[in-house]
Amino acid sequence: MSRITTTRRGLLKGGATLGAGLALPTIFTSPAAAYLNEPKGSTVTLGFNVPQTGPYADEGADELRAYLLAVEHLNGEGDGGMMNTFSSKALKGNGILGKKVTYVTGDTQTKSDAARASAKSMIEKDGAVMITGGSSSGVAVAVQALCQEAGVIFMAGLTHSNDTTGKDRKANGFRHFFNGYMSGAALAPVLEKMYGKDRRAYHLTADYNWGWTQQESIAAATEAKGWETVNNVTTPLTTTDFSSYVAPVLNSGADVLVLNHYGGNMINSLTSAVQFGLRDKVVNGKNFEIVVPLYSRLMARGAGENVKGIFGSTNWHWSLTDAGSKAFVKSFGEKYGFPPSQAAHTVYCQTLLYADACERAGTFNPCGVVEALEGFKFDGLGNGATEYRAEDHQCFKDVLVVKGKENPTSEFDVLEIVEVTPREQVEYAPDHEMFSGGALGTCNPGA
Amino acid sequence: MDAILLQILNGLDKGSAYALIALGLTLIFGTLGVVNFAHGALFMIGAFCAVTLQKVFNLYSVVIDPTKTDFLGNPLKVKVPYVETWFGEMAGQAIINWSVPLAILVAIPVMVTIGYVMERGLIKHFYKRPHADQILVTFGLAIVLQEIIKAFYGANPIPTPAPDVFKGSFDFGVLIGFDENSIIYPYWRLIYFVFSALVIGLVFAFLQFTTFGMVVRAGMADRETVGLLGINIDRRFTLMFGIAAAVAGLAGVMYTPINPPNYHMGMDFLVLSFVVVVVGGMGSLPGAVLAGFLLGVLESFASMNEVKTLLPGIDQIIIYLVAIAILLTRPRGLMGRAGVMED
Repeated sequence: MSRITTTRRGLLKGGATLGAGLALPTIFTSPAAAYLNEPKGSTVTLGFNVPQTGPYADEGADELRAYLLAVEHLNGEGDGGMMNTFSSKALKGNGILGKKVTYVTGDTQTKSDAARASAKSMIEKDGAVMITGGSSSGVAVAVQALCQEAGVIFMAGLTHSNDTTGKDRKANGFRHFFNGYMSGAALAPVLEKMYGKDRRAYHLTADYNWGWTQQESIAAATEAKGWETVNNVTTPLTTTDFSSYVAPVLNSGADVLVLNHYGGNMINSLTSAVQFGLRDKVVNGKNFEIVVPLYSRLMARGAGENVKGIFGSTNWHWSLTDAGSKAFVKSFGEKYGFPPSQAAHTVYCQTLLYADACERAGTFNPCGVVEALEGFKFDGLGNGATEYRAEDHQCFKDVLVVKGKENPTSEFDVLEIVEVTPREQVEYAPDHEMFSGGALGTCNPGA
Repeated sequence: MDAILLQILNGLDKGSAYALIALGLTLIFGTLGVVNFAHGALFMIGAFCAVTLQKVFNLYSVVIDPTKTDFLGNPLKVKVPYVETWFGEMAGQAIINWSVPLAILVAIPVMVTIGYVMERGLIKHFYKRPHADQILVTFGLAIVLQEIIKAFYGANPIPTPAPDVFKGSFDFGVLIGFDENSIIYPYWRLIYFVFSALVIGLVFAFLQFTTFGMVVRAGMADRETVGLLGINIDRRFTLMFGIAAAVAGLAGVMYTPINPPNYHMGMDFLVLSFVVVVVGGMGSLPGAVLAGFLLGVLESFASMNEVKTLLPGIDQIIIYLVAIAILLTRPRGLMGRAGVMED
């Protein structure tokens, strides 16, 4: 029979070996490993990069309002807004992971270089752990690439190009907003129902990335319903007077004009089309129609009465009656005195989704956040059941088909919802040809 | 043939705006020798005179309608414009509907005053400074003015429609024997063209047939000699600055139904208008008008799909290509005089 003798030195050695052995797996797998801009104190800084000057400044201002509201709610102030209706209950109103949320803002000016510069400054100088915002696909793609290189999360704002989660998708980037393909898939059946199968469409398209992908999507969706695309004319982004582009439309044999324009371009091209009396004409024995595939309530206001009766699509609208939308409209409306835009809604959701992912992951580490967001299914944020698809970081949810309201009751009551198109109808395969040519790559924690 | 006629018509109304702005620029350059980069901002301020008048006509009192609710579910606050309260619903709506043409009456004194204050308060201090200094200060002023407008009115375009009676379009094709819908032209654009021709005619008549205009023309030709005759030419030139501002302002007022105005619209026209002035010939009033219409028509042709298919991107550079070609063959522009900016 042997005796086991225990010495003090032996116990210390054994304890150290056991401790090292137990710690070894977590050293290599811990999500709390060092990453860029890891919050050390009692606060965490988010970077809100929105157009504060330039043509989309009003949209940027509405985004900023929504961000401030989200920060209030995350920090436990105000009425909590959509945190009360969000299906995930990880957020407690005590900041994110117990740290009070603070923020810095940048001005994208709706220019890719300016947007990158302000995002870079917020990451490097202000220590922002997440960048979000923007009102243009060009800006979104540029800032998303920067965040991927730097190693922070990018929660895109208003960006509708297929490329943002298509050929330019990145592991660190996530888009809640819908895209051109979804607009086409939602709109085409409604257009077929309203205007019939035998239609000839003339497209005017903004000559940049977003315009091209939207035109491709709308043309494909309407052609699948039997429409013919008779012409597609690209217009420079700087165009202010569209008369020379609109004037030849009636003479082309087309009986529908599709305006693949956004913002000031949309307002001016629609105004020109209405001035030329296109909507009063009869061509090929049918009433001439105009379609604006991507609507924004803020922009529709700029076009005034010209939007009446014109079909388009939108990501969200304040008149939705689900609990999430009502909570958000109440919260936003009581604070600011008017209803939120779709831009405000999408950035508010993105902020909550990011914070919730951090809580569920237990870390601000971008790789932990990516893991928490990929494949995440949620509800209660105004769009019904929604999923952040893991393959491309695109949110899949219902899409709204809207039209300009004939008898608005107020200056905000510009659009009316015609149909809530279910998610299944606007969904596509991750390797769909309109979204191919890119790869997510791997998440970058930046350290 | 109908497509060509259509683009000529389109070009004429684009050219009308270029010609009016370039006319004002040339008036200022010809009289005061100042290269005024704030002229686009004056066009924009003119447009916002129409926006402001529309807003004034739409000032309202609030009446609660308990039968309807707002977006928060509260009783709906209905805005009733004072003009409808004071003059009755129909008359009030008619006043609001005609706010753009009525804005002409407001814009003339406002723009003359702005021009006068601008010249006396800032520009006159730069007469003897190099053109580069003049460009910098007037460009800076333009930025200040547009930021002020943005601060008050926001960045988004503001719809400022034409009176209902001028909505819709005129089938010009049917009138001259073409098919229906082959050449259509909006009524308001037709009015804009006629209005521009009228303003240009009035400015020329003023300079040609009034004693004041004669003195101004004499001063443009030889300022020193006119001064030696005991005429206070500076005062007349200051007034000409005000008139040039009013011409730009009127162009802006009438342009609002064509494109909803925003704070940046002046900059959109400024560079093109300078090209128009240079092509027309620095200091030449007829040259500015001729070049305005010429470049407007050429720009319209360049945006035809047939032309763009042949020469992609030509619609964005046509004006500059023509400017280069004209300046290479006629360095003083189409109607420029010898000695202007050649020292």
